[in-house]
Amino acid sequence: MNHSRSVPVKRVMNGVLALDVESLQGVSSFRTSAGEARVYWPAVIFRIRRPPSKSRATGTPKFMVADTDTDFSADRLAQLIAVVADNQDKEAFRSLFDYFAPRIRAFVYRQGTDPETSEEIVQETFVNIWKKARLFDPAKAAASTWVFAVARNVGIDLLRKAYRPTPDFNDPAFVRDDEANPHQLVSRAQEATRLREILSVLPMEQQEVLRLAFFDEKTHPEVAAELGIPLGTVKSRIRLALGRIRLELGEQI
Amino acid sequence: MTINHHPNDELILDYASGALGEAWSLAVATHIAICPDCRHTSSLMEGIGGTLLDAAALEPVNDNAFDALSVRIKNVEQDVRNRKLTECASATILVFPQPLREYLGSDIEGVEWKRLGMGARQKIIPTAEKGATARLLRIPAGRPVSVHSHKGLELTLVLCGAFSDSTGHYGVGDFQEANEELQHQPHAAPEGDCICLVVTDAPLRFKSFAARLAQPFLKI
Repeated sequence: MNHSRSVPVKRVMNGVLALDVESLQGVSSFRTSAGEARVYWPAVIFRIRRPPSKSRATGTPKFMVADTDTDFSADRLAQLIAVVADNQDKEAFRSLFDYFAPRIRAFVYRQGTDPETSEEIVQETFVNIWKKARLFDPAKAAASTWVFAVARNVGIDLLRKAYRPTPDFNDPAFVRDDEANPHQLVSRAQEATRLREILSVLPMEQQEVLRLAFFDEKTHPEVAAELGIPLGTVKSRIRLALGRIRLELGEQI
Repeated sequence: MTINHHPNDELILDYASGALGEAWSLAVATHIAICPDCRHTSSLMEGIGGTLLDAAALEPVNDNAFDALSVRIKNVEQDVRNRKLTECASATILVFPQPLREYLGSDIEGVEWKRLGMGARQKIIPTAEKGATARLLRIPAGRPVSVHSHKGLELTLVLCGAFSDSTGHYGVGDFQEANEELQHQPHAAPEGDCICLVVTDAPLRFKSFAARLAQPFLKI
């Protein structure tokens, strides 16, 4: 559901736009005269993509904002996957597609993949979601986390023609969690909600490193090269971010 | 089993994001199979991935994408494996956890070792990753590996026995990350052979001339 509304601009300086964060709640992208801007939540970072049209308007930019559907809570997404698993429900599958397909496409798009391959990754991810819906365990991962992992693995398979080694939970040699001393203190859905809040308050430089790692699928040495900063700085940003997340989730380290 | 040495957060992040190459991932995945702490860190990192996916901008898909998908899934059987853990009483003691056994095609008894000299043996583990090599390394009880340094990165996961070097003592499940700065001489503990999964991205730099001479033939 796209509704348009305008958003007040606080200032424009050196091409950097300042907007009220409150006015952008629930917004994922907006159009400016210079092109389309994307809001990477929870990091409030905007990327302007040039529109395909040749003519670009000049003058004071006007900002139009598209509201995203906000009905997709972590719990609802998990329920949708469960319905796909139990009833092979096409409607639920369609809802998952509507929510995740454009997001996965954006993830892949950031990695510089051509349109055809990006489309194929989305398709193959959903074939896998359909196929593996019964393996989804809401106690182990939030819905978005599970979908992220499926899409990541499809990407590795299709783009790198490689396999991603993972542990097997049913392997006799697998060492299970100590149930007397659980790491997990809240439900995965609650954790997902908390993570979103925590990530949005991390210092920008820490958000940036995480964003480059996940969106651009860069290793930490590649992140250092991209940002032109020492490897040690990247390492410490990752450690600080994770330390903060653990602290905020109330975990013992 | 008490694990004292773990992969660092950056490496687990690279594994969780999917950026880490296959050979390195094999070492991290095999460690997290036996280390609940690092597995938890990896889940937390994947949670960040999920959160970023939730918050991602929307890039429209082709108009007919869902129709095309509907056609594709018509003939796709759903996986009916149960998501819950199966209760498995393990009759045999396995030395190598998954996913390593899958790569080797067997547990320890099926490994075809190649001699490296000084009693050490190795088994190269093929992966699709070009720039890095995964191998099993078997050091006889009480014996050292020649003194060497590294041109690149070396990840070592102890699977059986133990070794020590100037940085500490490494037992089963322990994980060591060595880079250009570390010159070391790992020494297998006297109790038994030490078997490690070792991943490197460049040939090791042996201090001794004889070891350097033999390197091209031994692929180490």
